[in-house]
Amino acid sequence: MAPSARGREALSFTQQLERLEEIVRRLEGQDLDLDQALKLFEEGVERLREARDRLAAAEVQVKQVLADHAGNLKVEDFDG
Amino acid sequence: MGQGLDLFAAVSPDGAWTVTQVTRRARAVVEAGLLPLWVRGEVSGFKAWQSGHWYFALRDRSAQIRCVMFQKDNRRLPLPPPDGTQVFVFARPTVWEEKGEFRLTVVDLLSTEAGGLWQLAFEKAKAALTKDGLLDPARKRPLPRYPRRIAVVTSPDGAALRDIIAVTARRWPVAELLVIPTRVQGEGAEAEICAALALVCRIGNLDVAIIGRGGGSREDLWTFNHERVARAVAALPVPVISAVGHETDITLCDLVADVRAPTPSAAAEAATPDRGDVLVELDHLGARLARGLAARSGRVAERLDRTFDRLASTLERRLERHQHELAGFAGRLDALSPLKILERGYALARDGEGRVLKRISQFPAGLSFRLRVTDGEVAARAGES
Repeated sequence: MAPSARGREALSFTQQLERLEEIVRRLEGQDLDLDQALKLFEEGVERLREARDRLAAAEVQVKQVLADHAGNLKVEDFDG
Repeated sequence: MGQGLDLFAAVSPDGAWTVTQVTRRARAVVEAGLLPLWVRGEVSGFKAWQSGHWYFALRDRSAQIRCVMFQKDNRRLPLPPPDGTQVFVFARPTVWEEKGEFRLTVVDLLSTEAGGLWQLAFEKAKAALTKDGLLDPARKRPLPRYPRRIAVVTSPDGAALRDIIAVTARRWPVAELLVIPTRVQGEGAEAEICAALALVCRIGNLDVAIIGRGGGSREDLWTFNHERVARAVAALPVPVISAVGHETDITLCDLVADVRAPTPSAAAEAATPDRGDVLVELDHLGARLARGLAARSGRVAERLDRTFDRLASTLERRLERHQHELAGFAGRLDALSPLKILERGYALARDGEGRVLKRISQFPAGLSFRLRVTDGEVAARAGES
């Protein structure tokens, strides 16, 4: 799985970490030239930074989901 | 029309009582003489009417009594007592005047069988779920490691929800908690929970769901033992954690869920990783990343060194070969030198401008030219031929 640069924003935290693990495994593996290794390393550093940012910035969001009379889902802020 | 008038009308000249009089008196006597009491017996001829009222007989070896249990009283029970069940009933003895029948109006009913009716209902529903494979351990799904969206089906104002929010905020604030509010006990709660679970099925990008409530009496928790609720839980498209806060009583909802947590807080802990742990994990990955690159560039450098060595030795060998060749060339060049020829006695004639004179026609009479011999030059002149 080599996501395109465009698709990176949409990666979930899980996918991001999986990609990071894959990068580390490949870098630890045998058949890479220096150029590829450097590219992977740079991507890995970037993903690491993104993952840390996500963890640092987060504040839990609580919402409530209701169905209106037409049966449509309605998401509202929850202030219990 | 008043009762007194009615009674008066019933008196006949021969002093006989009317049927109504007798049954009414019998009812008064029975109700005055037999206060509400516990009766033990075996259920027989059970019938539930459309109205929701239950009719059955209680019997032992030598007698039987007709019983009624009205809907307002029986709705608290998990299921009707099957025929043959040994039960205790708390009942008011009375006479049903329309039928002239002595009977018990049952207000409570307990099965004397192990665990009673509750256990019976539980086992019955569990058997049905088992038959459909819903309790198969192979159905249990693993929980996601890093959930983003977590659905919570519970009462909006219970301690359970507050605990789940607090634990999630502390451990994994990356998450989004979607609360689907529902009543969790009382009349109709099971239908509400099923509706809430149906809503959960429609939420997109959901990672995991928690269903639960805090502790309560067996009756309070019973909602989570309804087969219908259990089936709705089993039908969720994402892994479910059940936390019907009671350490000892396991509900059917717990059994069909992918993970059972003893309390709502424990459910939130099971659903989320700890942010601190994940940061440590990221540190490890970062270290491996750096080591990976270092090892890789080390290997590349080694390979470059080896390549360079090979290249250098090849060049050296080639250079040596060239030197030999050069020496050979020098020898051959030497052999070809005109000086060597002059040594053997030949001479070379050249005009004033250094052009070599090779033919007779180049020597007109009187031409001054120079002769190169092996040890130098002499001046010469062409004579008359």
